[in-house]
Amino acid sequence: MRKLALLSGLLIVLSIIAASCAPRPGVIKIGLNVELTGGIPVVGQSCKNAAELFVEEVNKAGGIEVGGRKYTIQLLIEDNEDKAESAAAAALKLHTEGVLLMIGPNASRNAIPASEVAEANKMPMITPWSTNPKTTLDPKTGAPKKYVFRACFIDDFQGAVAAKLAVDLGVKKPAVLFDVASEYNKGIAEFFKKTIEQLGYPVVAYETYTKGDKDFSAQLTKIINSGADGLFLPNYYTEVPLQVQQARKLGFKGIIFGSDSWGNLELIDLCGPDCDGLFFTTHYAPDIATPKAQAFIKAYEAKYGKTPDDVAALTYDAFGLAVTAIKQAGKIDREAVVAALRGITQYEGVTGVMEYRGTGDPIKSAVVLKVDVPGRKFTYYTTAKP
Amino acid sequence: MQAFLQQILNALQLGSVYALIALGYSMVYGIITLINFAHGDIFMVSTYVAFFVGSALMAYALKLPGLITFLLTMFASMMFTAFLAVVIERFAYRPLRKAPRVSAVITALGVGLFLENFTLATIGPHPRFLPPIIPVQRFTIGGIATSNIQLIIIFVSAIVMFLLDTIVRRTMVGMAMRAISWDKFTVPLMGVPMDRIISITFALGASIAAVGGTLYGFVYTIDPYMGIRIGWWAFISAVVGGIGNIRGAMLGGYLLGLVEIFTPVILPSSTYRDFVAFSMLLLLLVFRPYGLLGRPVTQKV
Repeated sequence: MRKLALLSGLLIVLSIIAASCAPRPGVIKIGLNVELTGGIPVVGQSCKNAAELFVEEVNKAGGIEVGGRKYTIQLLIEDNEDKAESAAAAALKLHTEGVLLMIGPNASRNAIPASEVAEANKMPMITPWSTNPKTTLDPKTGAPKKYVFRACFIDDFQGAVAAKLAVDLGVKKPAVLFDVASEYNKGIAEFFKKTIEQLGYPVVAYETYTKGDKDFSAQLTKIINSGADGLFLPNYYTEVPLQVQQARKLGFKGIIFGSDSWGNLELIDLCGPDCDGLFFTTHYAPDIATPKAQAFIKAYEAKYGKTPDDVAALTYDAFGLAVTAIKQAGKIDREAVVAALRGITQYEGVTGVMEYRGTGDPIKSAVVLKVDVPGRKFTYYTTAKP
Repeated sequence: MQAFLQQILNALQLGSVYALIALGYSMVYGIITLINFAHGDIFMVSTYVAFFVGSALMAYALKLPGLITFLLTMFASMMFTAFLAVVIERFAYRPLRKAPRVSAVITALGVGLFLENFTLATIGPHPRFLPPIIPVQRFTIGGIATSNIQLIIIFVSAIVMFLLDTIVRRTMVGMAMRAISWDKFTVPLMGVPMDRIISITFALGASIAAVGGTLYGFVYTIDPYMGIRIGWWAFISAVVGGIGNIRGAMLGGYLLGLVEIFTPVILPSSTYRDFVAFSMLLLLLVFRPYGLLGRPVTQKV
């Protein structure tokens, strides 16, 4: 009798353990590797906002149907502190937690190490905002990485767009100041230099600094003495205000322009009138959006009370791309999802039409925005096609 | 030549801030031989205090002249930071005063981490500028670009350093500090209130860092981690000048300002900056182990 009781007790315990161990039915885990603290917290916040908005929309609509079964999305968010090593660690953590795929990180300095982890662990990754070519290219073979995709254009293209913009704006003697320790800033500066020199304008000053610097007066003094009439700052919105203010203080009167890393309204708050009328190249302009984009902008504004920036829009597209691939894969399996991602040739997102030609890099247009400080917004200036 | 003078002016601005922070390191080391690694973070806290006080003063539209608002902001920041430093000394360092010195250094690192993460958690990681208490006016003198803010930074720092030098050399408190630093076993026996003098040293060092912090916040963005790098540079400044020596700390601060500005001018990239600074420190320590103005300490047995 006692044996029977013991046995049945054991059985109950075992079945409880078995039940709790069994996978929760109908949930797809998607990881978000994001810069919530560190140098560019607003980028991380926008990314997180858009991710949560997307997941909420999908789950409210009853989830997504994969292979005849409904699934809801569970979002696992990891803060990568805007550090390369933390981004890699966060990627590994998401991998061990069993996510189907990972969205992020955003800055290339974090996305490149995280992409190595994704590739090594065969975990699909889509970065919304990392524009450096190395994110999707294998450094050893030069071939595209198998598991890494992105939702934005790459720096080759953006550097070239910035160079053409400079020429259009009448810059004859361009100068560049960039963060030599960061992949994104360095990459884009190099492509800018290459293109504008091909167009026949020598770069008169090519100055560098290191992440965390706050005083650029030495480099800016050199730039001013080189006689530059245009200054390209492919740097983050947290640093650009300091650079613009210090350049103006030292007497720089030429045109200042930048890249998509400017695209945050905090730039205007930090910079003030000094940044009025400056230009930068970026992914999308809220004021010329398509119906799909308008719907997204409206939903985002309703939920967070502000206009989505480029990171938010690209994150939304990265999720859209991921869900399209998961649906097409027909099963919850990383290899199938990667194969489906490879199979997508065209995706119409909120940032425009993205064309994929067998690599993880989409071909899409860039826009040039103008900083409007009194209006506290960025206004559309022109579009550059690839 | 003009470019050179421009760079000297740039270096003076940066060096002033380093010197003000290095003073705090030097004073604390001078009196209780503790390298107060939390000092850079105390500096960070001071800029945040200046940010909030300055913003509040601007928001309430008291229509005070810019100079008065500036002085009030700086004074509030100095008082708060001095209080903070005294509290830290009382609760984190004093209980360890007789413990092995490494315990106190580790505690200082811990206090620094606490301040950083506390600020990060409560205020957030977003960079900020101090509000424009004094509107920026840019002008050029003889082809050298400057601004009223830059001149204020350089002059206020010079005045504060002169005052501190006078306090340490000419007042009773200063004499007590120097006496304790000379012999902390005998001097208390002569009726010098050692604990109070140490507290005053911490308060003075921190309030001078707060002057630097307020000035810094006008021209550079502030964030919770800003104290780390600038703290290191101020520490090197103090060691280069001869740690424990007030005038040495000032000299070291301006020297480091020069290194920071002239490295990217002479070498191809600013990335060499920390390399140059630390090489300079190493070389100096090989040839002058007590720094430029430091004197060897005779250990009594």
